[in-house]
Amino acid sequence: MSDETDRALESLIAAAAELLALPIEPAWRPAIEANLKATLQLAATVVEFELADDLEPAPVFNA
Amino acid sequence: MPEAMLAWQSAAAIVDAVSSGRSSAVAVIEATLTRIDASAARLNAFTAVTRERALAKARAIDAARARGAPCGQLAGVPFAVKNLYDVAGLATLAGSKINRRLPPATADSPLITRLEAADAVLVGALNMGEYAYDFTGENAHYGASRNPHDPAHMTGGSSGGCGGAVAGDLVPLALGSDTNGSIRVPSSFCGLFGLKPTYGRLSRARSFPFAASFDHLGPLARSARDLALAYDAMQGHDTADPVSAARQIEPVLPCLDLATRGLRLAVAGGYFRRGASAEAIGAVARVAAALGATAEIEIPQAARARAAAYVITAAESASLHLPRLRGEAHEFDPAVRDRLIAGAMLPAPYVMAAQKFRRWYREQVLRLFQSIDAILAPATPFTAPRIGQQRVRLDGVEVPLRPNIGIFTQPISFIGLPVVVVPVPLAPLPIGVQIITAPWREDVALRIAHRLEQDGVALAPRPAL
Repeated sequence: MSDETDRALESLIAAAAELLALPIEPAWRPAIEANLKATLQLAATVVEFELADDLEPAPVFNA
Repeated sequence: MPEAMLAWQSAAAIVDAVSSGRSSAVAVIEATLTRIDASAARLNAFTAVTRERALAKARAIDAARARGAPCGQLAGVPFAVKNLYDVAGLATLAGSKINRRLPPATADSPLITRLEAADAVLVGALNMGEYAYDFTGENAHYGASRNPHDPAHMTGGSSGGCGGAVAGDLVPLALGSDTNGSIRVPSSFCGLFGLKPTYGRLSRARSFPFAASFDHLGPLARSARDLALAYDAMQGHDTADPVSAARQIEPVLPCLDLATRGLRLAVAGGYFRRGASAEAIGAVARVAAALGATAEIEIPQAARARAAAYVITAAESASLHLPRLRGEAHEFDPAVRDRLIAGAMLPAPYVMAAQKFRRWYREQVLRLFQSIDAILAPATPFTAPRIGQQRVRLDGVEVPLRPNIGIFTQPISFIGLPVVVVPVPLAPLPIGVQIITAPWREDVALRIAHRLEQDGVALAPRPAL
């Protein structure tokens, strides 16, 4: 990710922490950022995969 | 029966000894408790030992037999449970410090009740990774579970104490949970047979959740027969678990010895080879050769499936723990806390996209089972790493260890398929192979596991203690 994306990530964490009322200490931020970055990178590989509009999500798997 | 004769006994052998009167249940349990006490410092497997309860149950079994009453199908078998199962009288820790403040559970998990109804004997609760968000078996509050094959190495997690207790000969049977691989990883690292049943098969009522749409409960043991014994005793619909399937009990034990010849088997290629060590690939090849499985298939989009499982797990677990993250963030294992906080910040469209992908992927994989009865794949990319190890080389690239332990288990539990892990006794450390079948076909996976065991290909190696 670019420096711009890293800055966006920092902003997202700051805003989300406030909105979700999560008390985050400065020392925790690098690890939170690394975790969120890794998860967003994985999420991007899912989102880029084209699926039909009418495909139902599967929040609970039914065999 | 002398105490030494009770060591490294299968559950089936204990049932035989107790039912025939060659051993009392009390003798079995006393020997078990002695081994648990002796192992505490070395393996750190147990967080609670239910000594009085276990001895009372054993005395009741012996008294019933003395009266001429029939013994249960698990007569005298000691077992222990991951400490996210409710055990009456104990706080359900789920590997955390925070849950110590919970009131003691007022009733047992129904799986415990069902095993004890078959005359098995609960002897305690087992160590685990905090809130099950773990593949290592390490725990910041209670210390790491240690691998009986080499205590400097991980048991795998999050059912780490299950792996240590069964491989370390403290009990022949343990109950764990598996959301993304937490039964299958310790089975692989500790050299055990492990069963993650179909999603919805075994009741999860009165267990502490992690990511509800992936959470499964199941057994770990040192033989396929012992898995089947326990699994048959635990089956059955339970209205207390909202995803429990309304299916009849389908006993596996009577068909365990049926021939496996004629089953259509294939090895998972592509994704399941790319990140695997030589040991993992070699173990799959050994199992495939023994079964005559020459076909190779590609599970479509397995990497995306793993990614989607990761995303959904992050979101569901963060939602579960949000109140604790707000009020008690300092009480978490810092590594777990930071993962959970990051999960709380995931944009919702990404999570829903992962759930939508899940539907597509399920349809693709179920299609494979129209022409295949079982798929063979590595359970873990490598054998047990050392405790504290942070990085590992995969495909020549150094990557963080922790998130990569489950790369081969996550694409399977993502759609709730049943899996039996069989141990391949490599030296110095064993490794597991997944036998993956269509939904509700645990019988096929257990039959194959039993066949491999009979042929000496799969074996739970006894540690040099």
